[in-house]
Amino acid sequence: MSEEGHLTGQPEKRVTYTLDSSLDSVNKVEQTAEQMARKAGVDDDEIFRISMAVREAAVNAVLHGNAYDPEKRMTASFENTGSSLVIRITDEGKGLDPSTLPDPLAPENLLRGSGRGIFLIRSFMDEVHFKQLHPGTELTLIKHLGTAPTGA
Amino acid sequence: MSMKISTRQVDGITILDLGGRITLGEGSVQLRDSVRDLLAKGQKKILLNLGEVNYIDSSGIGELVSAYTTVRNQGGELKLLNLTRKVHDLLQITKLYTVFDIKDDEASAIASYAHA
Repeated sequence: MSEEGHLTGQPEKRVTYTLDSSLDSVNKVEQTAEQMARKAGVDDDEIFRISMAVREAAVNAVLHGNAYDPEKRMTASFENTGSSLVIRITDEGKGLDPSTLPDPLAPENLLRGSGRGIFLIRSFMDEVHFKQLHPGTELTLIKHLGTAPTGA
Repeated sequence: MSMKISTRQVDGITILDLGGRITLGEGSVQLRDSVRDLLAKGQKKILLNLGEVNYIDSSGIGELVSAYTTVRNQGGELKLLNLTRKVHDLLQITKLYTVFDIKDDEASAIASYAHA
């Protein structure tokens, strides 16, 4: 891996956690993302956006993917490549097709009590990729370092 | 990590002072239960003071929306007071800023309710 052109932070090896399907795991993943972003030197607003996007991805994995099933695990990996923060969250659920998600900004959906998680993830990160694992879903969240803040 | 919630009455309006995090699990459930309890007691004019809420996730946003529609469906009014910048930004990007009646001053918020 090239170490040239690092705008912010130092590259760090990928760290992967395997976690049970609980709210404690969601909080742990959120806190790890916050620490990673802080260490990379991004500003407080970006730290908030990154850690919130990662929290939403973890909630998705635990709640919608694994449905709190104690037999199923979530994995969360964190990597600073030197130019980007890359966070991958996987679950062992039924799989998620993002094209089927209703648009939470559509007038008929504005007053729904749920369905904003993926939208917020996309709003706050630079890249979001979905991969079907059969079973399960892998969400890859990427924030480029050294670029202007995006999102809100 | 959890949410703090206290209730007070001003001129027939019930003000819920919320603080901390409104997130999946405890915070969202506390908010839901509090609003349900108020409605059960016939207190349908509700002002949510979010001045001390420093974090809200999509579940918390959903809970605010559900509280709003539940109160409205029972003929009441639910308004928001003192949004922090983070909560304000989240309501803007989710296009909910125009759905809620949002106030930044308690006295004028109280005065804005329809008085019987």
